[in-house]
Amino acid sequence: MDTTTAPPTDAPPPPPVFDKGAPKAKKQLGDRIFLGLSRGSGITLLVIMAAIAAFLTYRAMLAISKDETNFLTTFEWNPQGEPVSFGIAVLAFGTVVSSIIAMVIAVPIAIGIALFISHFAPRRLAAPIAYLVDLLAAVPSIIYGLWGAVFLVPYLDGLNKWLDEYFAWTYIFDKTNEGVARNLFTVGILLAIMILPIITNVIREVFLQSPKMIEEAALALGATRWEVIRMAVIPFGRSGIISASMLGLGRALGETMAVAVVLSPSFLLSFHILDAGGGTFAQNIAAKFNEANGFGRDALIASGLVLFIITLLVNGAARAIIARRKEYSGANA
Amino acid sequence: MAKRIDVSGLTAFYGTHRAIDDISMTVEPRSVTAFIGPSGCGKSTFLRTLNRMHEVTPGGRVEGKVLLDDENLYGANVDPVAVRRTVGMVFQRPNPFPTMSIFDNVAAGLKLNGKYRKNELANVVEKSLKGANLWNEVKDRLNKPGSGLSGGQQQRLCIARAIAVEPDVLLMDEPCSALDPISTLAIEDLIGELKERFTIVIVTHNMQQAARVSDRTAFFNLSAVGQPGKLIEIDETERIFANPSVQATEDYISGRFG
Ligand SMILES: Nc1ncnc2c1ncn2[C@@H]1O[C@H](COP(=O)(O)OP(=O)(O)OP(=O)(O)O)[C@@H](O)[C@H]1O
Ligand SMILES: [Mg+2]
Repeated sequence: MDTTTAPPTDAPPPPPVFDKGAPKAKKQLGDRIFLGLSRGSGITLLVIMAAIAAFLTYRAMLAISKDETNFLTTFEWNPQGEPVSFGIAVLAFGTVVSSIIAMVIAVPIAIGIALFISHFAPRRLAAPIAYLVDLLAAVPSIIYGLWGAVFLVPYLDGLNKWLDEYFAWTYIFDKTNEGVARNLFTVGILLAIMILPIITNVIREVFLQSPKMIEEAALALGATRWEVIRMAVIPFGRSGIISASMLGLGRALGETMAVAVVLSPSFLLSFHILDAGGGTFAQNIAAKFNEANGFGRDALIASGLVLFIITLLVNGAARAIIARRKEYSGANA
Repeated sequence: MAKRIDVSGLTAFYGTHRAIDDISMTVEPRSVTAFIGPSGCGKSTFLRTLNRMHEVTPGGRVEGKVLLDDENLYGANVDPVAVRRTVGMVFQRPNPFPTMSIFDNVAAGLKLNGKYRKNELANVVEKSLKGANLWNEVKDRLNKPGSGLSGGQQQRLCIARAIAVEPDVLLMDEPCSALDPISTLAIEDLIGELKERFTIVIVTHNMQQAARVSDRTAFFNLSAVGQPGKLIEIDETERIFANPSVQATEDYISGRFG
């Protein structure tokens, strides 16, 4: 017994002031159940995560320990061959480069659309546009893949030739092999379209919350509409823009079907993004998993683990950026 | 440079709602004019028509004329952005840019104007912060965010930001209503100093404040809720408080209604 509690007395306890009878007790029970549920699901989630991580790591280590070439730098995927040789260099490169292309295209467009919906469009235009963007998100990724392969690839052939002709000096637009536009550039464009809705929606919400008071401060100083955006809206939404981009990047890094349909996979690593070929983690796994034997699957799991680590690193970096700007975030305004 | 404001026949709407009706008055340069009146009578609305901030509100519309010296702010070829650069405003709640440092907050207006040199900027910022009686409190942390200051300091930062661009007129909408008595006094003193250089219009619910800081006082009223607010009278502050010419003014000041 705790010594600081009040000494027991014989007097009857004072009538409870806040006790309103049954409804109150019921609510407390509800609270308890809710607490138990949320705590339970939290713990379950952690256990599941740990189990998945342990399983993946174990299988991946089995595979990597038998790899006779360097897992990180090898340009081929031959886990069932003789010698056993597989590596993620091309996959990591393809994944990262196609995602970067997607981000470079999608983020500015998303910011633009979000700004238009939140600050420029008249109300009767804003809602339909927001709805259209939502609609983009509802299209299944295999449909994007088919559309990409059937429409985008032939359509982009011309653009590729044009870029190659006039912008070969940029190095990245120099096309060095023959072949249609089933390359990282096309994949990047397709991914950009696919991640546009999620990025736009998150950024739009952030922009809609930008404080009127601060916008008026800028206006009253004689800021034009665009300057208000620059002074009050975008800085306020910066961490939201970063989070939104990371969400999109996460999707782009892990996208499977659309990439698998569009890319003509090959173990080619080329900084010329118009060169046909290349591969990504998810695409490689999707393409090889069914034919792989047990060991081949372990090898694929190892590559999946690397993708997971890359995603974690990206998220960590985003959090670090957001935290560093916290003081200026406007959260304490 | 302080300018005279000459308002004639000014009416402002929110959509179809007529918020203020047919207001005419003159505000002398280098003076402080206080707006008083019950809540909802359109003081803020009227104030915001003086720098064309009213039309920023969706549905906001203005009829009538506001002459600044001899130029009509609502003339056909007048750019509202240019108006707001010469008529500064301080809001009820302090609203420094939370994403900017103290220095950048004060420099924000100058950077908008684009007419500054780098070394000049530091001078103007120092001068404005001194003008707002804030320099000594913040000179060691100019690179810290403005939102880290106390409410009273933030409000003086907003005043510094407004005077940094050397406006012709400074509009203040209940600038002290969110502040403690000490910060309020600091800002009232500041208003006394600023009127040497600017034409100042201040909205306040605090009668003593109106009596302390203003040279002239305008009393606004509305006949009923939903009716447009009207200017009842404007006169020397001493007269308004000692023997106003309208009974309603006396009732309001002595606390008999509103
Ligand atoms: N954004 C708005 N939309 C529609 N009507 C508004 C808006 N702002 C104010 N009004 C209306 O305009 C009238 C005048 O409001 P205003 O804010 O100018 O009053 P005020 O005198 O400043 O009041 P207070 O002393 O409470 O600040 C009120 O009837 C108010 O309901
Ligand atoms: Mg008001």
